[in-house]
Amino acid sequence: MFNLKELRKSFLTSLWFMFLTFPIMVIKVNTITDTVEWRWRNLAFVGVSAFILSFVWRWALDRRAKGGKAKKDGIGFKATVLAKTNQYKLPGLIGIGLLVAILPFFASMYTTSVLTTALMYVILGLGLNVVVGLGGLLHLGYAAFYAVGAYTYALLHYHFGISFWVALPLGALFSAVLGLLIGFPVLRLRGDYLAIVTLAFGEITRLVLENWNDFSFGPSGIANIARPGIAGIKMKLPQATIFIYFIAIAMVILTIFLVNRLENSRVGRAWEAMREDEIASQAMGIDLTKTKLLAFSIGAVWAGFVGVLFAAKTTFINPASFTVWESIVVLCVVVIGGMGSIPGVVVGALVFTLLPELLRSVSEYRMLVFGITLVIMMIFRPGGLIQKTRKSYKFKKEGDGE
Amino acid sequence: MAPILEVDNLSMVFGGLRAVDSLSMKINEGEIVALIGPNGAGKTTFFNCVTGVYVPTEGDVYIQAPGATERRSIKGLKPHKITEGGLARTFQNIRLFSNMSVLENVMIGHHHRLNSEVFGAVFRDKKTREEEEKVVHDSYEILKKIGLENHVNDLAKNLPYGAQRRLEIARAIGTDPFLLLLDEPAAGMNPQETKDLVDLILRIRDNEKISVLLIEHDMSLVMNLSERIYVVDYGKLIATGTPQEIKTNKEVIKAYLGEEVDA
Amino acid sequence: MKLDFFFQLLMSGLTRGSIYALIALGYTMVYGIVKLINFAHGEIYMIGAFTALIVSGVLSMYGMNPVFIFLIAITAAIIYSAAYGVTLEKIAYAPLRKAPRLSALISAIGMSMFLQNYVLLAQTSDFLPFPELLPEFGFLDPVKFIISTNQFLILVTTTVVMVLLTFFIKFSRTGKAMRATSQDRDMAQLVGININKVISITFVIGSALAAIGGVLISSHIGQINFYIGFIAGIKAFVAAVLGGIGSIPGAVLGSFVLGITESFGTGYISSDYEDAFAFVILIVILIFKPSGLLGRKVSEKV
Ligand SMILES: Nc1ncnc2c1ncn2[C@@H]1O[C@H](COP(=O)(O)OP(=O)(O)OP(=O)(O)O)[C@@H](O)[C@H]1O
Ligand SMILES: [Mg+2]
Repeated sequence: MFNLKELRKSFLTSLWFMFLTFPIMVIKVNTITDTVEWRWRNLAFVGVSAFILSFVWRWALDRRAKGGKAKKDGIGFKATVLAKTNQYKLPGLIGIGLLVAILPFFASMYTTSVLTTALMYVILGLGLNVVVGLGGLLHLGYAAFYAVGAYTYALLHYHFGISFWVALPLGALFSAVLGLLIGFPVLRLRGDYLAIVTLAFGEITRLVLENWNDFSFGPSGIANIARPGIAGIKMKLPQATIFIYFIAIAMVILTIFLVNRLENSRVGRAWEAMREDEIASQAMGIDLTKTKLLAFSIGAVWAGFVGVLFAAKTTFINPASFTVWESIVVLCVVVIGGMGSIPGVVVGALVFTLLPELLRSVSEYRMLVFGITLVIMMIFRPGGLIQKTRKSYKFKKEGDGE
Repeated sequence: MAPILEVDNLSMVFGGLRAVDSLSMKINEGEIVALIGPNGAGKTTFFNCVTGVYVPTEGDVYIQAPGATERRSIKGLKPHKITEGGLARTFQNIRLFSNMSVLENVMIGHHHRLNSEVFGAVFRDKKTREEEEKVVHDSYEILKKIGLENHVNDLAKNLPYGAQRRLEIARAIGTDPFLLLLDEPAAGMNPQETKDLVDLILRIRDNEKISVLLIEHDMSLVMNLSERIYVVDYGKLIATGTPQEIKTNKEVIKAYLGEEVDA
Repeated sequence: MKLDFFFQLLMSGLTRGSIYALIALGYTMVYGIVKLINFAHGEIYMIGAFTALIVSGVLSMYGMNPVFIFLIAITAAIIYSAAYGVTLEKIAYAPLRKAPRLSALISAIGMSMFLQNYVLLAQTSDFLPFPELLPEFGFLDPVKFIISTNQFLILVTTTVVMVLLTFFIKFSRTGKAMRATSQDRDMAQLVGININKVISITFVIGSALAAIGGVLISSHIGQINFYIGFIAGIKAFVAAVLGGIGSIPGAVLGSFVLGITESFGTGYISSDYEDAFAFVILIVILIFKPSGLLGRKVSEKV
């Protein structure tokens, strides 16, 4: 590993990256005072990191190349892991459940609010997972559905004083309808084209919200949206925060339940078959049009729910919350967590929202790190943090005896 | 008895290329028929036209399920509609659902005969549960017949090549067809696997009452197995008849020899 | 006066179109060869603009002749963008050549995020004024109200670059190898074309063109920030799709159609929806003519 040839390679890589990052990392021109700041330390930093990382990189690529073959006969391994985890599943779940239930009574309001946000990403991730992870449809306009939910509540509340609980199903409904509307024209598109067109749809939605002042109040957004209440009781902010937290918990549980059921059904199988091979799935009797539209609109339902919840939580919304990057963040949650895997998406969402909070001092590096993480995940662990384990079936063989 | 598949002067044009050129064909219930021809003759394209992957440029395709009283045209129908009609196929370049289990691949085949939708998926009512149990059971039975019962939970992509070809057949049988279209089922198989395949196809015909139309380059398999043969070259039908007739047909010999000289 | 306005819009449309074309070529060439939407291509363009800004900032401290500075800055931009392009390919795309297309696209999105934030953190999130380096061309005075010096320069440069590129692709050995690879990669490999080299060269050329576009438009608009690549990138991509992705003349045609539509759309309809025109066109095109204006129609072989 550390022979001369390897050292030379790393050295050259290091030089290359020092050259590459030189203008942007080292020089900083201040155009107002007309001075130049030379940040040589950055150069040293790049040089050393590139030198080390280049070893790691080659080692990892090497391992990947070898791992490809080993994996094929490693089927037995997965099964044992599965059996082991199952044993801890129930106590684990109960523990987590308890923790989740009492947490907001001890944690600060800020923490509770952050946790609620994390839970909202869990739901968004699980919803998008239906479209991307199960259906294999790369959707980059998910934030539009989220926006539809939020604006449904905000506008209905503003104009008609509609309550949160009424808005919740309506937001989901409108969102699902938009899902269908977008789904129809893009039926024929595949892969990359689908991604870019959904992105375009998302951006159009945002631009409309931003510019159609009479309808959406433009960039200034809508304020004073009511927090959810029960039976007309007005809650103070701390109680309301906790209440919203529990609504989010309930929605997460419901979502996990529903997505799990959908996944292990005729509908979910059809989605997966479509993801694996559109042509073969059609040849096996799957109606592609129906299956795609269903994936789009079912996925949209959750974005609609979360949108309503988001509006209720922040009490203020404007189009800036629904940019492409919002869609991409949700995509990151799904991809990094594990496409198609429910625990994966849950973990992905928690990692994505809580880690930057824990590492506040470096939170500006969030997007930088996520960006490179996407790349690394795709290369080294395309299945995500927690890869999907397939349901396995047991049959009695003849001669086994009853 | 009326033919179960009737293809009438079918043509498929890609740009300037007539990949299939007014090809007609009739298949009767219970037959095993082979479609042969040199590389690029248009055999796969013919399958694609019949199964709805491409909409043929000219001509028509009719099916009449055994026992049905009238034939109906399936030209221009979506592939899944044609599958519902009773035709099922395999692909020359295997197209399994690689990241799904072997059993699930066969379960997908059953898709169009099941009724549960989102409601059933969510509430798992009695009907849905029964339906699911039946699918699992039926799929397993098919896998047993095909000889893949020891691989039910393996991912399709982890199967050996020959087994993947057989899984494609199992999946197609899952759709409950009356006619099975096999595109080079023996490609890449060793002699033993090929022999097993011949038995399998015969069993499918005899036990499952599924007629078979197959494309194959392995001549000994074709001659052993099929009752009638259609030979195409450059999209055109150049001969048809029993294996004996085909073996001695001048046109056929010319087409194949010509190809060999070229190659 | 009305006619002036029309010509102003036309010129601004052509200018936009030229810039889109310079970026769109990168998309189309890369797509033609590796069948990948290089989502981070816009970032390469942005890095070109930043490099030029930094280099010219440093050089102007030494009181160099602005025209020289401009030439050095644009050269530096080309070199650096090309270097970033190649490195990007080696890190984020090359290991994924055999992976599903979705993986490569996600990797590209990741790279786009990374590069944006890299520039944001290493430089600033504020808009930076881009120096005015070129003197006004005297001979343009009579038509000054229709076309500015920068616009003129953009049109001329783009035309020259297009002509050179066409000759390169048509007649050079490398150009032929590129065309062969884009037609049929396996076949190209069989006849002894070095695919890796072709891919690298494609990234070099695409990135260099983007850099030229980046510098020209920045000196026209007068300010840049880390985000300029994203919007420009998306629009140029739209232009490439509009023309038929994979087709070089298509990318140019699509770019001009898009530039002119945008310009007239904002001039005559509404400037609020400036960015929406591109997206609407994209959707309409993909629905009614998925292979674009000049693209080849391909039905998937089964
Ligand atoms: N989608 C398509 N677009 C354009 N041309 C096609 C398409 N599909 C097939 N062809 C062409 O049609 C001709 C017939 O191809 P086909 O695949 O049907 O041949 P085949 O008889 O199955 O050959 P093989 O024995 O090699 O499988 C070939 O020249 C092929 O290139
Ligand atoms: Mg074929």
